[in-house]
Amino acid sequence: MQPLAIEVKDVWFSYDGQPVLRAVNLRIKQGEFLAILGPNGSGKTTLLKLMLGIVKPSMGTVRVLGQEPSSVADRIGYVPQDTNVNKDFPISVMDVALMGRLGHAGRSRGYSADDGRRAREALEKVNMWEYRKRPIGKLSGGQRQRVFIARALTADPQILFMDEPTASVDKEFQSELYDFLKELNTSATVVVVSHDLSVLSSYVKSVACLNQTLYFHDSAEITQEMIDMAYHCPVDLIAHGLPHRVLRKHEEH
Amino acid sequence: MIEALHFEFMRNALLAGLLTSIACGIIGTLVVVNRIVFISGGIAHAAYGGVGLAFFLGISPIIGAAGFSLLISAIMALVTLKNKQRADTIIGVLWAVGMALGIILIDLSSGYNVDLMSYLFGSILAVPTSDLLLMGAVDLIVLVVVAMFYNSFLAMSFDEEFALAAGVPVKTLYFVLLGMMAFVVVMVIRVVGLILVIALLTIPPYIAERYSQSLRGMMVLSVVLSAIFSFLGLWLSYFFNLTSGATIIMVAAFFFFASLVVDRVRSRSGRDSTAPA
Repeated sequence: MQPLAIEVKDVWFSYDGQPVLRAVNLRIKQGEFLAILGPNGSGKTTLLKLMLGIVKPSMGTVRVLGQEPSSVADRIGYVPQDTNVNKDFPISVMDVALMGRLGHAGRSRGYSADDGRRAREALEKVNMWEYRKRPIGKLSGGQRQRVFIARALTADPQILFMDEPTASVDKEFQSELYDFLKELNTSATVVVVSHDLSVLSSYVKSVACLNQTLYFHDSAEITQEMIDMAYHCPVDLIAHGLPHRVLRKHEEH
Repeated sequence: MIEALHFEFMRNALLAGLLTSIACGIIGTLVVVNRIVFISGGIAHAAYGGVGLAFFLGISPIIGAAGFSLLISAIMALVTLKNKQRADTIIGVLWAVGMALGIILIDLSSGYNVDLMSYLFGSILAVPTSDLLLMGAVDLIVLVVVAMFYNSFLAMSFDEEFALAAGVPVKTLYFVLLGMMAFVVVMVIRVVGLILVIALLTIPPYIAERYSQSLRGMMVLSVVLSAIFSFLGLWLSYFFNLTSGATIIMVAAFFFFASLVVDRVRSRSGRDSTAPA
């Protein structure tokens, strides 16, 4: 039997004595397309870091593809938020894309011709190949994010993690991005993390809401109850692009 | 300048400048892009504690400073990894405590040695051949380690979280980087003294960063700039009979401000040329 893509079992995490995550449980099969929603400060980024193996839980276990996250580093792709990038850093688009091969090859030796080919394919897929020699700081936020997507794809991931996918993407690329994630989802598990409900495209197969605790139903339905619990305040659920979803429109506020 | 080369001390000084520039340009680049300039200052000043310890125990000051700096760099690495928010305070404390310890240990040592000033301001004109060999060894270590783990250093410097997620041993590399920094700092103390270490470690990479397309290019350009500053500073100090370490730093500072002005002018003319005619 295929191992679960992600299994988070009774995970607690505290930072400086402050609880960030409480008793989080999550089981995601391979091939899923999961959106984790939560307001700022809800612990989304921490949960993401736990799944990526960047931090370890205070209590509980996290398994990715049935193993410790750190031992499957070569099978996951990660697209961080654009805001964390040092824009003066002297690095070209191509070199960023190649970084995706780190888990496979380049850690102690140079990148091979095959690594270069994969980086090229990935850059072509996001229409950034012609910018390959451009310094990363000379791109727009949207272009930069495409390069980060290419970098994640270069790793040939079985699971793709994406932090705030709509934060800096330009509008024209947004629908392209979702088509693209949908295509990727035919062969890989996709996990997007966002504070923005507009990530809920029709491709999302399951939704979880997070606010220290995780509210999760293994379906694409997001209920007003989940939203209220996570956001502690009324949030409008805008139903465009989600025709099949069960949504209750919130009363006037 | 040519007749100056007849003196062995001058030839050694030039060679010391060159050897230091190699390690300094490479590690300085990593220091600047990782934003750990303050740590390099801390290690440089705390190294004085090692000098004091060496005098107190009657061992070689270079060994004392290198060993002590290595210890301090390990503590600083541990502190920054454990508690990023408080790290700057603790580095500042170690910075001062190292110096104070050095001064007190030298007070307590019998046979007060007069060349202590050389640790503060450098003594590039008094580098023995044995030190040149040590400098060469440090260069070799730095070159081999950085070449071997270049891709990992690049990933860690550009995007630490991505590097962690990709399985790069970021913590280990961080210790290695700070360890190499300790050796380089001790080496640079010979040239410009511990007070001026930060300048030689950071000015060349800072200028180089804006003219480089890659981290590798930035390292190479930093080495070249650092060598130019050292030679020019050395020549001026010989010609005008000035303290060589301080002259080298003044040359570096001159190029630093000149590059700021050039940048200003370039960005202004760049804007003009894109404006519609």
